[in-house]
Amino acid sequence: MIENNDFAPENTIISSKNVDVFYGDKQALFDINLNVAENSVTALIGPSGCGKSTLLRCFNRMNDVIPICRVDGSITLGGQDIHAPNVDVVSLRQKVGMVFQKPNPFPKSIYDNIAYGPRIHGMTASKAELDEIVEESLKRAGLWNEVMDRLDKPGTGLSGGQQQRLCIARAIAVKPKVILMDEPCSALDPIATATVEELIDELRERFTIIIVTHSMQQAARVSMHTAFFHLGNLVEHGATSDIFTAPKDERTQNYITGRIG
Amino acid sequence: MTDHIDIISVDGSARHRAQKRFKSYGLLAIGLSLTFLFIMVGSIVLRGSSAFKQSFVQIKIELSADAIDADNIKRVRFGKLLKQSLRNKFPEATSRKDKKQLYKLVSPTAEYSVRKQVEANPTLIGTSAKLWVRTSSDVDMYLKGYVDANLDESKRRLSDLQLEWISLLQRENKIESRFNTKFFTGGDSREPEQAGVLGAVIGSALSLLVCFMLSFPLGVLAAVYLEEFAPKNRLSRIIEVNINNLAAVPSIVFGLLGLAIFLNFFGLPRSTPMVGGMVLALMTLPTIIIASRTSVRAVPSSIREAAMGIGANKVQTTFHHVVPLAMPGMLTGSIIGMAQALGETAPLLMIGMVAFIVDVPQGITDAATALPVQIFLWADSPERGFLEKTSAAIMVLLAFLIVMNLVAIILRRRFEQRW
Repeated sequence: MIENNDFAPENTIISSKNVDVFYGDKQALFDINLNVAENSVTALIGPSGCGKSTLLRCFNRMNDVIPICRVDGSITLGGQDIHAPNVDVVSLRQKVGMVFQKPNPFPKSIYDNIAYGPRIHGMTASKAELDEIVEESLKRAGLWNEVMDRLDKPGTGLSGGQQQRLCIARAIAVKPKVILMDEPCSALDPIATATVEELIDELRERFTIIIVTHSMQQAARVSMHTAFFHLGNLVEHGATSDIFTAPKDERTQNYITGRIG
Repeated sequence: MTDHIDIISVDGSARHRAQKRFKSYGLLAIGLSLTFLFIMVGSIVLRGSSAFKQSFVQIKIELSADAIDADNIKRVRFGKLLKQSLRNKFPEATSRKDKKQLYKLVSPTAEYSVRKQVEANPTLIGTSAKLWVRTSSDVDMYLKGYVDANLDESKRRLSDLQLEWISLLQRENKIESRFNTKFFTGGDSREPEQAGVLGAVIGSALSLLVCFMLSFPLGVLAAVYLEEFAPKNRLSRIIEVNINNLAAVPSIVFGLLGLAIFLNFFGLPRSTPMVGGMVLALMTLPTIIIASRTSVRAVPSSIREAAMGIGANKVQTTFHHVVPLAMPGMLTGSIIGMAQALGETAPLLMIGMVAFIVDVPQGITDAATALPVQIFLWADSPERGFLEKTSAAIMVLLAFLIVMNLVAIILRRRFEQRW
């Protein structure tokens, strides 16, 4: 398990050191040391309950809202400790956006879904600027051509795949550095999944993406780095090609060949 | 070759019979409740509908210019003129006893009606005008068929002589049954023919307004705080249990509390919709809090996560997303609470809204009564005429309730959003 600590990409943006996470008395993550490279896609894989989603939620402190959850150790974003007392969790979440497993657009219009983030952060001075952000975000999420003529229709009226891309557009509208994706395709059909994967590939140029996935094929397709978790431990982390072709740990080997998990 | 597979339903199997039996029990239950409802509403309508009609009698009255000072109409004794006209009409009433019976044909309030009509039309002065005035309640009851003329004279409120006069007037077409507008535009009165529900309706409306203004914001904020912000510890559990208990406290206890605190301690004006509304708000608050908490809890957590995921803080998440989504449920709960409050009598008795109040209240600090209290008061009155008024007031109360529920449904539709 020491070898994964040595994997340090030269342009690290998020780094966790000795992170332990507890839910009440139960420890969910054990001593996680993970460095995430900037402008890359990092996949977190592993069997259910291995703690990969828990770690993902640590990066934007979404676990704060769970009263029994405790996070020890340090997590840095661009060198800053995100648990430092002077850190504003709202600004943190603006810099580290999140896309959830189930598409969860607000029951509002498509426009308002995108505009909500910029509005609450006071990012725009005028309606024209806001319109621009909405258009740009939807374009970047590859949704603009499909919804440009019905921006005032409810976001919940879109198909599942469109809803998920709407959620991605909503996340990038506040101009984050990092986007966390928690199994973004698990509720989507294969065609919608392919569209979202293409989108992830394009977004990589501007954002750092950390994606939790159950599908090893998906991890292999979209990610540059892969981290394998098992029972709360980070077993192995490295370039995706290495993990899938030459895993160093036996557990990784067993998982990717389908013997466990 | 395949075996014969038996999939044909065997009618009369135990499973089928049980299903049918259950269905018929359900139908029976619904049928019975509908029957009872029908009987209840039916009997109220049967008894109350005659209250919307009132008999009027036409009297030829000499409004001689020297008897009436046009500049000082308030001083004119129209009662005397009215009695004079009645005596002119039926000169056979000469004895004191007969005259008394004669005067009892018209409502004791008829002289005010004559004054009003003269005031409204001063050209009548100096002529002999034919004016319509209300009959007394006893005559009205007889004309509506509630008095049996075959009964022994001593057992009915109208004498043979009075019945004779009435049939004479009827033959001359001088008695008419008209729509009783006074019932909807007047306040309470000791005379059934003069009594109206407007005072009580306004009193109820004002009380409910005060109740809603207090209990809705308080209830919603309390529910949102308890559900979204309060730490889940022993204290918040104690509060929760106590709120649930408060919902089960008998309403008269809230009335006593209002009497002791609002009236005696704070010295607020008694019998007023303001205090009535405050007492009803105490009673409604637990209902609203419980319903609001349930609907806040029903908002999917994915919405909260979505908002927090793009950097909304707790307050923004709650008030931009959770509260709007919970609003239909909160409104439903509030309307149930308000409907309860509308029908509440006991706490209002305690704070003096049971007083006999003739004037229609103009504001929340005017003395007033409420619809259910008015019903209670009339039901308690010995006059035969108040019987139909009681049922009619119940109909007004039910109509009030239906209107309130309609408003609630419309409001809820407005707020309803799908996710």
